[in-house]
Amino acid sequence: MTVARKINALHFGILLFLLICFFTLPAYHVGALSRIMVLAIYAIGLNILFGYTGLLSLGHAMFFAAGMYGLGLSIKFLGVSVVLAFGIGILSAAVLSALVGLLALRTAGVSFMIVTLMFAQTVYLVVLYFGEFTRGDEGFVLQQAERMLAGFDVTTEAGRYFVAFGAFSICLIGFSALVQSSFGKRLVAIRENEERARMLGYDVWRYKLLAVIISGTVSGAAGALYALLFGYVGATFASVQYSILPLLWVLLGGAGTTIGPLIGVAFMFYLIDASSAYTSAYMLIAGLALVVLTMFAPRGIAGILRTKVSPWLP
Amino acid sequence: MTIKTSNHAVSRRKALLGLGAGASALATTGLMPGTMGFAQAQSSSPIKIGFQKHATGIGAAYGRWYDATTTAAVQRINDSGGINGRPVEIVTEDDGTDPSRGAEALEKFEKQHSCDVAFGTLFSHVVIGSAPRAAELKLPYFVVSEGHHVASGMLNRYTLQPGITDVKSQVVSMAPFIAGNLGKKVTMIFPDFAFGHDHRDFFTQAIEAQGGEVVAKIAIPPTETSFTRYFPSIPRETEVIYHVMVGPAVLTFVKEMGEFFGPSRPEIFGFIDSLEAVGIDSPGLEFLEGTYFWEGMPRHVQGNQSDVEKTYRAAVGCDDRGASIDDPADVSTYAHMFGCWETLNVIKAGMEAADYQGPQDRTKLIEAVEAMTDMPESLDHPQGAKLFNGKTHQVFGQQFISKVVDGKLAVEHVTTIEEGLYEDEVDYTTQPF
Repeated sequence: MTVARKINALHFGILLFLLICFFTLPAYHVGALSRIMVLAIYAIGLNILFGYTGLLSLGHAMFFAAGMYGLGLSIKFLGVSVVLAFGIGILSAAVLSALVGLLALRTAGVSFMIVTLMFAQTVYLVVLYFGEFTRGDEGFVLQQAERMLAGFDVTTEAGRYFVAFGAFSICLIGFSALVQSSFGKRLVAIRENEERARMLGYDVWRYKLLAVIISGTVSGAAGALYALLFGYVGATFASVQYSILPLLWVLLGGAGTTIGPLIGVAFMFYLIDASSAYTSAYMLIAGLALVVLTMFAPRGIAGILRTKVSPWLP
Repeated sequence: MTIKTSNHAVSRRKALLGLGAGASALATTGLMPGTMGFAQAQSSSPIKIGFQKHATGIGAAYGRWYDATTTAAVQRINDSGGINGRPVEIVTEDDGTDPSRGAEALEKFEKQHSCDVAFGTLFSHVVIGSAPRAAELKLPYFVVSEGHHVASGMLNRYTLQPGITDVKSQVVSMAPFIAGNLGKKVTMIFPDFAFGHDHRDFFTQAIEAQGGEVVAKIAIPPTETSFTRYFPSIPRETEVIYHVMVGPAVLTFVKEMGEFFGPSRPEIFGFIDSLEAVGIDSPGLEFLEGTYFWEGMPRHVQGNQSDVEKTYRAAVGCDDRGASIDDPADVSTYAHMFGCWETLNVIKAGMEAADYQGPQDRTKLIEAVEAMTDMPESLDHPQGAKLFNGKTHQVFGQQFISKVVDGKLAVEHVTTIEEGLYEDEVDYTTQPF
């Protein structure tokens, strides 16, 4: 079997597994998987920039929030259809990521991290400042009647699951195609040795900008999807906490792997879910797990698989 | 975190003893209605109430005391026979004071723990983030948040707030006292987010209705840690400062305000939300002497303490200062936590009125609560009499205005229920289930 076929078999196998989960798992886990798939899309967004391009953003919550508020505010104030609102959400994230990319890419390394963090904090404060429209920290609800996606009710368990599944499938397959394309390989080349990529004649800055835009747009799509499926838009999702979480998911799952984001989100979700049944210090357990993984498996769970079992993992 | 709190193990022992004693024991149980109830509960599964708790995150201090109050209220309910002869079991999940985890908690209540209803939680963003899931799960969700989000019509038919008044009602009912006793020219200092904006908007209207005016509105960004630079913005003509600062920086705020004004200051009125779980006699808060606070329920024991209040205070484990009996340094969130106690009693009354047997009767429970109106002061409602509006799913009640005297909060004025009423903004009863 060729590497390409192995990769396709892996991704379609994962999607088939997720499909089977809907029919076999208890209701709670079906609901949890809906959430996990949406958040995995968010992690995929960060992974494009961090895992494949080597740019560590500490402010991705701003893109998630841009998508979320783009969808939520356009439904609330413009009364547009969900499909159009979803498009507005994605466009909001794309525009914001282009602006941030144009400015933040003037810096590199630690400065890039700090600048993205500052931009995200600015977005968070803007959300609070325009509380008249955004309802600030409280946020606002998208009513069930406002969340019909082209006649499809996404507020039911099945509706929510299959919309999340469809979106995740598109993102996973698209992401896989992206990282295997020549464009994806150039991003990896930049990550591995930016100077060499530049010496070979690649316009590194342009590729980085495109990576920021694609990364931000995917993260924004996840934000819009979250608002649509769970009916809530709030400033919490623009806070620094939601910039750090996708980083943890990607690190745990495996930065620079296509399946890492899903593994990382699922691992973290169930780790917190299980440990919170025993102690209120469940974040300490999550932190310890991260420390252990960083010490003994710095490339994450999928990274171990790539090293020990399947070197062809994309 | 999942914690199951139940007294039905004890109850069953009592019930078995009662059964074993035969007919003569039945006569005895007639003298002890609680024990009679447990006998009925013998063959009944417990009623499970999912408690969404701020165990971690910014609301943890509230969560701890909401938990203590909930435990005490359930103990009392179970001791008096439970609900419809069934014991009550509390299933606790930490919401992390986070809207996403809040919604996940509701999912666990419904799908993992098979709870009958969900209840609890203070912070508005957690309630607003959770409420859509409550409606989708068709899980009655009784909140103790004091936010205006329920009565504003933002939420849904499955979300009710029958145990604590909302911020709009609280603010509106403060205005007559402030205008009549403290001054008519008010400068507001508030956090620049939704909670502060609610105060700004509601109070501005309310004070104008009393012939007063807000002469300055000073919004403090939520990330601020020092406040000195804001105080020069207070106009000289200010007669009253109205502050609603919250969060860990509030002690700095009070200290710096004291340093700015020195001995000559305008009248100062604040919401105790700023200082819940903080001793009013803490070092650095001396400046608050002689200032006024809104309280949902008086933290310090008053001279005219009622038997009901005395019993409630003992049940939740608070001393005369509103601190834990076991640890005087552990000050409670006394102005808010009564809401848990009263909400649980409303759930009990609603389930009994609806003859609630299980999840299939959830809509009957909601309709039964919607049908409630007057709630007289009693041990079920120790904060005072209430008026429930079934259309808006919001309860109304009296408010307390206390003055800091010798480091204690002394009640100066009690508002009437009528002073806190406002026009309906929604009719949830017209929404389908």
